[in-house]
Amino acid sequence: MSRVLSERRPPIAAAHLRTDAWWALPLAVVVVLSAFIVYSTWAALQNAHYFVPPYLSPFYSPCITESCLHLSFGVGLADFTFPVVGVLSPAFLILWGPGLFRLTCYYYRKAYYRSFWLAPVACAVRDVKSYTGETRFPLFLQNFHRYTWYLAVFFVVMLTWDAILAFRFPDGFGIGVGTLVMWVNVTLLAGYTFSCHSCRHVCGGHVDVFSEAETRYKVWRFLTRLNERHPMYAWLSLFSVGLTDLYIRLVSMGVIRDLRIL
Amino acid sequence: MPTYTMRVFRGDARRGDFREYHVETAEGMVVLDVIHRIQATQAHDLACRWNCKAGKCGSCSAEINGKPRLMCMTRMDTLAEGAPITVAPIRTFPLIRDLVTDVSYNYEKAKTVPPLRLKPPDPDGRYRMMQEDIDRIQEFHKCIECFLCQDVCHVIRDHDLKRQFAGPRFFIKIAALDMHPLDTRNRTEFAAREAGIGLCNITTCCTEVCPEGIHITDNGIIPMKERRADDYDPIVWLLRKFRGQRPEPA
Repeated sequence: MSRVLSERRPPIAAAHLRTDAWWALPLAVVVVLSAFIVYSTWAALQNAHYFVPPYLSPFYSPCITESCLHLSFGVGLADFTFPVVGVLSPAFLILWGPGLFRLTCYYYRKAYYRSFWLAPVACAVRDVKSYTGETRFPLFLQNFHRYTWYLAVFFVVMLTWDAILAFRFPDGFGIGVGTLVMWVNVTLLAGYTFSCHSCRHVCGGHVDVFSEAETRYKVWRFLTRLNERHPMYAWLSLFSVGLTDLYIRLVSMGVIRDLRIL
Repeated sequence: MPTYTMRVFRGDARRGDFREYHVETAEGMVVLDVIHRIQATQAHDLACRWNCKAGKCGSCSAEINGKPRLMCMTRMDTLAEGAPITVAPIRTFPLIRDLVTDVSYNYEKAKTVPPLRLKPPDPDGRYRMMQEDIDRIQEFHKCIECFLCQDVCHVIRDHDLKRQFAGPRFFIKIAALDMHPLDTRNRTEFAAREAGIGLCNITTCCTEVCPEGIHITDNGIIPMKERRADDYDPIVWLLRKFRGQRPEPA
C-alpha cells in the first residue's frame, strides 16, 4: 500500500479542466436556500397574520402557546417571554423540528456541502480546505438524521389535521383556494418526509432477507420509488411551505381575498 | 466531416503538458476512436489503456473536458466542435505515462474487505435465495471497476485520505456483502473504522460519473451509513431484542 500511496499524480496545475457552467447549480442553490431562510425567519419574527379562519400557516403549526391565534390542542403552554425580544413567536417553538430534518437530510447535505461549504463546489473541481467529513462534532450528528425524521412525521400529522380543519369555515363546511393550497402543501411535505432515506431504511432497508419479511419488502419497494424523487420533493415542499405561509399571510392582511369554491 | 482540436495530456509524473492535435472525425466516432487515430497518424507513442471498446472493461477511464468519463462511451458528436477538447488522465492516481495511470491502490483496498461468510446450508445441503433477496445487490454487481467514482471522490482526489478511506467503489462492495441474504457478518464496524465511511459527505459525484448508472450514494453509501446508525438507535436495539440478535461482527 505504501508504494501505491507514494507515487506521483499527473503534473496538471489547473484546479479543474471543466468547460461547462459547473458553477450555475451551486449558485442557484445558494440563492434559493438563502431566500427561504430569510423569508422564514422574517415570517417567524412577525408573530402575526399567521391565521385567518380556517387557515393556519405551516410555520405556526402546531400552535401551542397561550397567545396563539388558533390553539392546535385547545389549550396552550404559557408564553415564553424574553427580556429584549418580549414574547417569543410560537413559530420558533416549531421551526427547529422541520429545520433540523432538512438540515440533516441526505439530499440537502449534498446541496449545502457543495454550495455553501464548497466541499466540493462541483465534481472534479478542486477542494482545497482541510477536511474531516462527518467524523467529528458537530457534523458527526448528521448521522442521527432518523431522529429528526421521527419528528418530521409528527409535523406531517399535525399539518394534515390543519388541512382537514381548513374545510371548517365559520359558516360551516366549505372549500376555498386556501384549502387546496394547504392540501397541496401537506401532500408535498408528506412526499418529502416519506421519501426520506432514513424512512426507507427504518421501514425495510435494514432487512437482509426480504423473502422472510414480505410486508417490509413491499413497503421498502414503494418507498424506494418515492426515494428516487426525494430531491424533487425536497424542493417542491420547500417552495410550497413558504408559499402557503405567504398565501395565508396575504389573506390575513387583506391584500388578497380567498376565493370560496364551495 | 467535422474536424476537432484535441488537447491531449502527454508526459509522465515528473513533467508533462497538453499537446494539440487536429483530427478529422466520422459519424459515430467516440473519443477513444479519436485517440486511436492520433496514435495511428500523429503520435505513435501516445500511451492509452483500452480493451473492450464497449463500456464493459473499465479500462479507458479519462477526464474529458474535465469530467471523468469512459473514452469509449463518449461520442464526439456530444462535444462542441468549435472549442478544443481536453483529454487528461484520471488525476487521482499515480501517472505512468500520457493517459495511463496506476490504479493498484484500488486492488490493495479490495483485499481489506472481509469476504462473504456463509450461514449453514439448508438441511438438504443446499443454499437457497429468492430473487427479491438479491435484486438490490445485483445493481452493485454491475460495477466494471473503471474507478471513475474513486477518481472523482474529493476525499481521495483532493484530500488524499487514501489510507483512512476506501472510496465509493468499495462502499458498494461492502454494501453488497452486508446485504447478502446468505452472509453472516456485520460490516458496519468495518465500514466505519477501517473503510472510513464517515469521511464521505455524500455529495454524489461518484453516482454522477458512474457509467453503469449505479446509484452508489442512494443505494450503497447511505444505507451503509444508516446501518451504522442502527448500532446507536435505541428503538432499533429494542426491535432487535424482539426479533433476535444481528450476526456476529466481521
